[in-house]
Amino acid sequence: MRQLGDESRVLAGGQSLIPLMKMRLARPTALIDINFVPGLNDIQSHNGELRFGALARHTDIEMSDAAAGIPILHDCAAGIADVQVRNQGTIGGSVAEADPSGDWSATLLTLETSVVCAGPRGERSVKLEEFIKDAYTTVLAHDELVREIIVKKPPKNSGGAYLAFKRSAPVYATASAAVQVTLDGKDICKDIRIVLGCVGLTAIRAKQAEAELRGKKIDDKTMQRAADAVRSAAEPQGDMRGSADYKRTLVAALVKRAIGIAARRARGERVEAGHEYVGR
Amino acid sequence: MSGVEKIAVRMRVNGETREALVEPRTLLVEFLRENLNLTGTHIGCDTTYCGACTVLLNGRTIKSCTLFAPMADGGEITTVEGLATNGALHPVQHAFAECHGLQCGFCTPGLLLSTLHLLTKNAKPTDKEIRKAIAGNTCRCTGYQNILKAIRMASDEMGKR
Repeated sequence: MRQLGDESRVLAGGQSLIPLMKMRLARPTALIDINFVPGLNDIQSHNGELRFGALARHTDIEMSDAAAGIPILHDCAAGIADVQVRNQGTIGGSVAEADPSGDWSATLLTLETSVVCAGPRGERSVKLEEFIKDAYTTVLAHDELVREIIVKKPPKNSGGAYLAFKRSAPVYATASAAVQVTLDGKDICKDIRIVLGCVGLTAIRAKQAEAELRGKKIDDKTMQRAADAVRSAAEPQGDMRGSADYKRTLVAALVKRAIGIAARRARGERVEAGHEYVGR
Repeated sequence: MSGVEKIAVRMRVNGETREALVEPRTLLVEFLRENLNLTGTHIGCDTTYCGACTVLLNGRTIKSCTLFAPMADGGEITTVEGLATNGALHPVQHAFAECHGLQCGFCTPGLLLSTLHLLTKNAKPTDKEIRKAIAGNTCRCTGYQNILKAIRMASDEMGKR
């Protein structure tokens, strides 16, 4: 990458980069195709950790035992764009792209996630919170690439949900909500993470909304208070997907529903959830 | 982009080894249509939306407008031209014809391959599973009802074989 200069880019699944190149929003002078690097697409589970190789495709994650045990990962993987894009797009590419509307960043921020970056100076592990700096901007140096994503498995009494609302299957969501809740007993919220997607320059951790629930009973009243806090935490911009106010209302509603589903899953219930769009 | 060094790509397309020297930026769909004259794979939107360019790469559907040809190097490609055998329609093609699962036909090659991919993984899909499987294929004529009928029929017919 050093030889090829600053304008060279790494090509993983290509499902974001190639459309960006067609629109001339990205104009790399050289591409380094890593699809033929062996061992980069493994999905492994050991010592309470899941390890996703950068080239693990969304479809492979959807079908994996790893995702079967952690519903929020399955919600995310099974609904990104459409079948064709999921067959080719990668988790490493999604995280490295840092698109404000990307599904993986919002989902993975509800879990303890770190990104293993590899470069000529060796490897370093960066917490996902620190990895993403801004829209389309990460801490990756020009000569570094994402090698692996490591996710700590949540405890037994924990459940999560990722809900994304989109206008049709292939497009980015209008808004999305990722929630992972750990219960104390049947309905007391021991800990919770709430992350909002598509309503800011990066995925947003809604800490005030979390505080409305932490240590409290999860019921309609506390969920509503959290949803109200989400309206203030969101920083949406109006665009062709909807006005800023519409997105605020939408993301608050998604969070409220996601908390309910996450709590039911934490109790061991099987609940279907994920991306929603017309015609589904 | 004149002066860009061409690179060799080689892949098996519908069972035959094909190779060419292409500019690295050549899209797979351009390689299929322009280098190999396999024009059954269509370019609808060129924005990763419509799915008219869907082909199988190593048994999985991908949008061939969103893949550079060199990324498929060494791979196994199936296009709509590879479905019929000795002039006999594939059961999926037959079902689309029987059920009027097409009108103008532009989206059909992509839908046939998405259907084949679905039925290979899931021989008896529910309507919900069918809808999810073809969510990346846009049809502006049919309203999808006859496409659903066709996929159900293809599932039944392939189940009998």
